[in-house]
Amino acid sequence: MTYLHNIGAYSLMIVNMFRKPTKWSVMKTLILKDIDDLVIGSIGIVAFISFFVGGVITIQTALNIDNPLIPKYLVGFATRQSIILEFAPTFTSIIMAGKVGSFITSSIGTMRVTEQIDALEVMGINSLNYLILPKTVALMLYPFVIAIGMFLGILGGIAAGVLGGFTSFEDYILGIQTDFTPFHVTYAFVKTFVFAFVLATMPSFYGYYMKGGALEVGKASTTSFVWTSVVIILLNYLLTQMLLS
Amino acid sequence: MIEVKDLHKSFGGTEILKGITTNFEKGKTNLIIGQSGSGKTVFLKCLLGLFNYEQGSIAYDGKVFSKLSENEKRNLRSEIGMVFQGSALFDSMTIAQNVMFPLKMFTKQSKSEMEDRVNFVLKRVNLENAHHKMPSEASGGMQKRVAIARAIVNNPKYLFCDEPNSGLDPKTSIVIDNLIQEITEEYQIITVINSHDMNSVMEIGQKIVFLKNGYKEWEGSKDTIFKTDNASVTDFVYSSNLFKKVRRMYLEENQ
Repeated sequence: MTYLHNIGAYSLMIVNMFRKPTKWSVMKTLILKDIDDLVIGSIGIVAFISFFVGGVITIQTALNIDNPLIPKYLVGFATRQSIILEFAPTFTSIIMAGKVGSFITSSIGTMRVTEQIDALEVMGINSLNYLILPKTVALMLYPFVIAIGMFLGILGGIAAGVLGGFTSFEDYILGIQTDFTPFHVTYAFVKTFVFAFVLATMPSFYGYYMKGGALEVGKASTTSFVWTSVVIILLNYLLTQMLLS
Repeated sequence: MIEVKDLHKSFGGTEILKGITTNFEKGKTNLIIGQSGSGKTVFLKCLLGLFNYEQGSIAYDGKVFSKLSENEKRNLRSEIGMVFQGSALFDSMTIAQNVMFPLKMFTKQSKSEMEDRVNFVLKRVNLENAHHKMPSEASGGMQKRVAIARAIVNNPKYLFCDEPNSGLDPKTSIVIDNLIQEITEEYQIITVINSHDMNSVMEIGQKIVFLKNGYKEWEGSKDTIFKTDNASVTDFVYSSNLFKKVRRMYLEENQ
């Protein structure tokens, strides 16, 4: 019953988020601030992780290909496919559920605990629109972060593969060009848009409807991370089934 | 005037407010007092429109809140100022930005007009040099004054305060009480204060509503509270020896 209640409450939250819109001049400032906090503030960690994971994928693929009949360019091909199809959109989103999701839950949860949300409601402001819509709009730029992650992952693969002597530069470049299907990039970005919406709204839900004090803010952040990750994994499966099968 | 008629409010089958009827007048500081669990906070949240109630009505200058459209409710709320127990200042904004917030949201004033108004209200609450401080850098008393400034910046008709003195030292409490009373009289607004603080009751209680177990047990003023023989009120208000002595002296002087 709790699950059903939460699904209903979440759906109502999404509907109410679009009601009684905040003045555009105020909303614009909020969106820009959230772009800075949630999107630009995440580029560093996404770049760092993508670069090194790209390197690790290349090394592991190269070490597992010991059959001389398998062409060397397959290292670049496997790295590209892993990064574009799965690592950049899905696993980066799970990392973001920890970074951005916890930030959203704890900041909105703290506003709940300290009556700042009540203050907005008393003033006649739709607090859902004021707090959650700017984050949702800001995270629509999240695919740009993922694009940077894709590029740096492949770059990390070149660096680790070539500098470590696991593959040659020419083989790697040939590999990343082999059998390139543009739709795979489209698929990755469709997933990223869906995950961006989940990343903005689910942590907001857990922060907005939390009850209690500082301890509960911590618990809400943990719950939010767990459920955001679960939903991302399930949606990843459903979207893959729908778009690639 | 705010008129409350036969207000009932329950949570999960437990009735918290059991038919409260009272009114709060313009230009007066109205205090709601009572023990913890008596229903004060629920009553205040019903007055603010944060809780829906099952029965009864609340009318703001003749406008019954539950019968208003969403737009009318929104307009009414823009006429309400609220000082929360914990001040509820927005952490991410400076003191000046906190005070300017209702103006940004509800008026079409230019930036310089808004700045003038912010300067005026901050001066009114004796906070002339705190514009650029963050709420976390301000003391409890300063935060309360900022909350009052934010509540009055948009010239509200109604001012609600939830425990405005909680966590403040006695001297600062008196400053805050006097400030609220001065503002109420100066701008002729309807002020409703939820309080435990007996000093506030004696200092600014132009009208006092005493709640007990969800009922309105007694109502009067800071003058009549000395003379009342209602046992629940005297037990609550004169629970300390100091207040018992003050009451005895008052009654002896006024015999």
